[in-house]
Amino acid sequence: MDGVRLRRGLTTFSFLAPALIGIAVFFLYPLISAVYFSFTKFDLVSVPQWVGLNNYRQMADDPFLLQAIRNTLWMVAVFVPVRIVFAIGLAMLLAQLKRGAGFFRTILYLPSLVPSVAATIAFVYLLKPGTGPVNHLLEKIGIDGPLWFNSPAWAKPSLVLLGLWACGDLMIIFLAGVLGVPESLYEAASLDGANAWHKFRSITLPSIRPVILFAAVTGVIYTLQYFDQAAVAGSIASGQATVGAGISQSFGYPEGSTFTYPLWLYTVGFRYNALGYANALAIALFVVALAVTVILLRRAKAFSGEEQ
Amino acid sequence: MNKRLPHALFALTATVLLTTACTPAPKENKIADPGTQVSGTVELWHFFTEREAAAIDQVVKDFETSHPNIKVTVKSGQDDSKVTQAIGAGNGPDVGLSYSTDIVGKFCSSGAWVDLKPYLDRDKVDVSQLNATVRSYTEFQGKRCAMPFLADAYGMFYNKDLFAKAGIAGPPKTLDELTADAKKLTVKNADGSLKRVGFLPLFDFYENAAAHLAPATGAKWLTADGKSAVGTDANWKTLLTWQKDLVDWYGYDNLTKFKASLGDEFSADNAFQKGQVAINVDAEYRLAFLKDQTPDLKYGVAPFPTSDPSRYGGGYVTGNIVGISKNAKNPEAAWELIKYLTTDDVAVTKLAGLIKNVPTTTKSIADPALNADPDFKAFIDIFNNPNSLTSPPTASGPAYQETFQQFLIKYQSGKVADLNGGLADADKQINSVMTLGG
Repeated sequence: MDGVRLRRGLTTFSFLAPALIGIAVFFLYPLISAVYFSFTKFDLVSVPQWVGLNNYRQMADDPFLLQAIRNTLWMVAVFVPVRIVFAIGLAMLLAQLKRGAGFFRTILYLPSLVPSVAATIAFVYLLKPGTGPVNHLLEKIGIDGPLWFNSPAWAKPSLVLLGLWACGDLMIIFLAGVLGVPESLYEAASLDGANAWHKFRSITLPSIRPVILFAAVTGVIYTLQYFDQAAVAGSIASGQATVGAGISQSFGYPEGSTFTYPLWLYTVGFRYNALGYANALAIALFVVALAVTVILLRRAKAFSGEEQ
Repeated sequence: MNKRLPHALFALTATVLLTTACTPAPKENKIADPGTQVSGTVELWHFFTEREAAAIDQVVKDFETSHPNIKVTVKSGQDDSKVTQAIGAGNGPDVGLSYSTDIVGKFCSSGAWVDLKPYLDRDKVDVSQLNATVRSYTEFQGKRCAMPFLADAYGMFYNKDLFAKAGIAGPPKTLDELTADAKKLTVKNADGSLKRVGFLPLFDFYENAAAHLAPATGAKWLTADGKSAVGTDANWKTLLTWQKDLVDWYGYDNLTKFKASLGDEFSADNAFQKGQVAINVDAEYRLAFLKDQTPDLKYGVAPFPTSDPSRYGGGYVTGNIVGISKNAKNPEAAWELIKYLTTDDVAVTKLAGLIKNVPTTTKSIADPALNADPDFKAFIDIFNNPNSLTSPPTASGPAYQETFQQFLIKYQSGKVADLNGGLADADKQINSVMTLGG
């Protein structure tokens, strides 16, 4: 009996092994290493020296951490909900289309396939004051366009615009959710005299709640790690586009408005050689992302299938 | 007690031990006896691409001809972080060539690049053939782990046509003259916005970084004990006050709007090349851009103006650096290659001519062919000038410069009411950032 159980266990393990090995090598080992290095003074080259909680204590004296946290929180608070609302809106519109739905789905989905660096470069040039076509068009209708990525007040909203343009991946998921709502519910509601808003609020939204939760959790995690677009936008908009280490000189441009937490983490680790401190920042970010995810999941158990 | 806890603790301990074990330990650096025949393959990683990478290939070929027992494998387009990671993982190249002197402090202090003194002493290489500024940015706390691979000297480019149109006879030599000329050269649109700017003084414009402007007043970055000096060196206050006065004359918002409309620094839309800015800070490498992209532009080059006329003639000097990885497979051949690339006058002169950077040895600097071009000679003169300054290497790389830059950006926008207090705070911030992770 034990032999059978052992064989079954081994069979199960052998099927799970590729995934478990992947998780162990590419997630657990790096995570535990990061925890270890966060308690050390480490520069990637010399032997790490144990410094206890020093790196975590130093966060209190870090002059740029607060600015990075503030910018990242702004992105989480604005970008995540705006992107979800926008993607739901697009999905609702597409769901209503009788003709050309395939064409519009493709057109609206395509931007999400553009690599983020290329998309950011294109956006910065399109919105560039003076030479970009967007402000030129705005001028024609009598609007003095903002400085977009060159304005401390407009730089983050410009990044949000960029994110909205490329929200096709999320839109497709919402569209699947919206199309999956049983038509009979809408018909019954119509018979009861419900208008479009009532149907949306009382039928569509509750039906796609798990998708909204999924979008919120993945959106928060993605935004906490927001790096590429902020780095590239700062570099291109500053007019000092360059390669290699030089790029970090323009991190946060203009006036620190796009300086996100991961940009600071990268700068500290790979520019200032404080890999131990950078690991502590990474662990703090991981803990925050985990905590936010747990809170969101607990508040809406629908995601895990434990619908009330 | 949770039965799984011991297993989890075991796994954690094992991983930590594995992590520690995977971290490379320091290796003793022994060098060969004098006269030992050097042979084998040596791997060179550099960051250059295209025209400049072809120049490296040419000179490496010359090296292989003169050293038939050594074969060089060249990998182009390798940036500093790749080199650092490779060294950290135990697979560093024999020779690494970096574009940034910012890594000297890190590579010397961590031992990523080996101390070159034993090689220099054994082969009786005279480092005094390198000028003092170059020597200072290639060593850290007395340890020479790098050699200079050409240099950049920063000066001032000015548009001769616009100068003539504004009735200005020659380039300004003092900061006050620069202010006066900048005002004369500035043209505004009917709505008051800026059409052309004489000199764009913002610290985040092109090459206007504080390090590049510091020689104008002789401002120093660090004290003797390696702490920030921006709050105590009065020369910073002189520079910042001058800059802010000019910013205020233009209006910060006007300048920001104008700057946002300008093309990228390293494109043909460069504002100086397009005549949108009449005076600009830049280095000798701009000469090649001007020749290729705007051959008809009539420009002049001169040292950047100074607050004190006695300081005139100097500028900011920096350069590429080259060193031997601590885990080099063939350090002797690596040293032979470095010695050739950095101290062989013929090789250095050839590289300077091909890459269009300033050479670094006494004889190559005096090369008649390189000095024949008066514009290039202007940069050689800046390089040689005793008033020229560089940014000192530190173990935290450019942390002190980039932290100060954040302060400067706030200051120029008018968000720092008390300059003295702001500089004192900047000192604290810089010192704090320099010790992060310590």
